[in-house]
Amino acid sequence: MLTKRIIACLDVRGGRVVKGVQFVDIVDAGDPAELAHRHAKAGADEIVLLDITATHEGRGTLIDTVKRTAATLFVPFTVGGGVRSAEDAAAVFDAGADKVSINSAAIARPELIGEIGASFGAQAVIVAIDARRGVHGVEDAEVYVSGGRKATGLRVVDWAREAEARGAGEILLTSMDTDGMRNGFDCELTAAVSSAVQIPVIASGGAGSAAHFAEVFGRGKADAALAASIFHFGVTDSRELKAELLRAGVSVRLPC
Amino acid sequence: MIAVIDYKAGNLTSVVKALTYLGAQTQVTQDAEVVREASKIVLPGVGHFQATALLQELGITEGVREAVARGAEFLGVCVGLQWLFAGSTEAPETAGLGHFAGICERFPAVYEGAELKSPHVGWNSLDTVREGSRLLKGVEPGGFVYYTHSWRAPVVHDTASVTHYGGAFTGVVERGNVMGVQFHPEKSAEVGLRVLKNFVEL
Repeated sequence: MLTKRIIACLDVRGGRVVKGVQFVDIVDAGDPAELAHRHAKAGADEIVLLDITATHEGRGTLIDTVKRTAATLFVPFTVGGGVRSAEDAAAVFDAGADKVSINSAAIARPELIGEIGASFGAQAVIVAIDARRGVHGVEDAEVYVSGGRKATGLRVVDWAREAEARGAGEILLTSMDTDGMRNGFDCELTAAVSSAVQIPVIASGGAGSAAHFAEVFGRGKADAALAASIFHFGVTDSRELKAELLRAGVSVRLPC
Repeated sequence: MIAVIDYKAGNLTSVVKALTYLGAQTQVTQDAEVVREASKIVLPGVGHFQATALLQELGITEGVREAVARGAEFLGVCVGLQWLFAGSTEAPETAGLGHFAGICERFPAVYEGAELKSPHVGWNSLDTVREGSRLLKGVEPGGFVYYTHSWRAPVVHDTASVTHYGGAFTGVVERGNVMGVQFHPEKSAEVGLRVLKNFVEL
C-alpha cells in the first residue's frame, strides 16, 4: 500500500540549518549533513534541503553542503534555493540531489519546469508554492515569491495547475499563514490544490503534532507532509510521529 | 566491475554512489564493447521509455544480449526494468529487450471507481517475495521501497515481487541472471541497499 510520506525539511542559511517563524526570526538548528542523516535514520521518508537565502541574496545553491549531505543518504533528497536555470539544476543533481525544488525562478520563467524535466525527468522537478490566503480565504489565496516577500497576483490553484501542465512532478505547498506556528497545516488550501492536480502535493507549514499530520493526510488530501521545526529540537522524531499516525489509522512506512 | 549504462536518461549519480558505498567498482559507460565484456551490468533510468532507443543505436542492446547469454548478471532499475519487457505504451515505436513478455502500461486514471493519482510516487510495499529470489534474499514481504513512475510492468511468470497501486504490478522481475526493479533501490533506505548488496555479491 502506498504510504503517506513524512518529509524532513532543512532550511539552510550559510551552511547551517536554521528555522524561522513565518519566514523571519531565524535561529540556528545545526549541521545539514548531520541532521539529514539523523532524520533518515529516525524514519523520515525524504529529506528536503532549502537554501532559504539564495534567492534574495543572489547566491547559488550550496553545492558543497549538498555533496556532503548526499554522500551517504539513501532516501530521496530534494534541494531548493537558487536554482534558476537547467544548468543550476544539473549542478545540484551532479552533487547528489534527486529532485530540485523551484519557486521564484519558475514564476519568473515557467519554461524552466519543462527544461529541467526534459533532461532529468518530471519526477525530479518539484514546484514550490508559497501561499497566503486572501480576503476571501482559500478562494483567492495568492502565490508569493522571494522568500515570501513579494506577491505575484497569481491564484494558488491556477499556478499549481499550470505547473502540472508544464511538467512538474510534485507540488510543495507552503502556507505562509500557518508556517512555523505549530498550530496545524492549512488543510483547506491543501485540499483545494490536491483536488486540482493529479500530481502529488506535499503540504508544508504549521506542523505541531501528530494529529496535524493525520488531519492534512485526511481532510487536506495531502500525499506527503513536510516539517522542520518540530523535528530539530527533539520535540518529536519521525519514528514517534509515525507510530502515532499508525495508531490514528494513517498508513506510513516504519523504518527497520 | 559493474558496467553502469549511461543512455542520457536522467541522473546516474545516486545509483553509482550507492554501488560504490556497497564496495562495488563501477564503470559508467556508453560503449557497447564494455557492456558486451562486463560480468555485471546495471541499466538505471528515470525518464521516458523513448530514451531507451539510444541503446539500440549505440549497439548496447546487442551487447546486453550477448553478455546475458554468456551469463553476465543484469539489473534494470525503473525504466531499466521496463526495457526488459517487450515495450511500453509510453513509446510504442521503441522496442524493449523482450526478455520478459508483456507491455508496460500507464496507471489507470480511475481504479475501482476512485480517481487514481499518477505518477505513483512514494514508499510502497513489496507485497510478495518469491522464495529463492537471489535479488530479494533477506527481504521480507511488506518491506517498503521508494517508487516514482507513471508506467508499470504487468505481473508475469517471472515476477519476483508484486506491489499494489491501481492493481498489481511487477515490483521485481527475476529469471536467472536477468533482474529488474521498478523501485529505486538507491533511494529505498535499508531494503534498497539490501537488494543492491545482493546484486553486488552475486
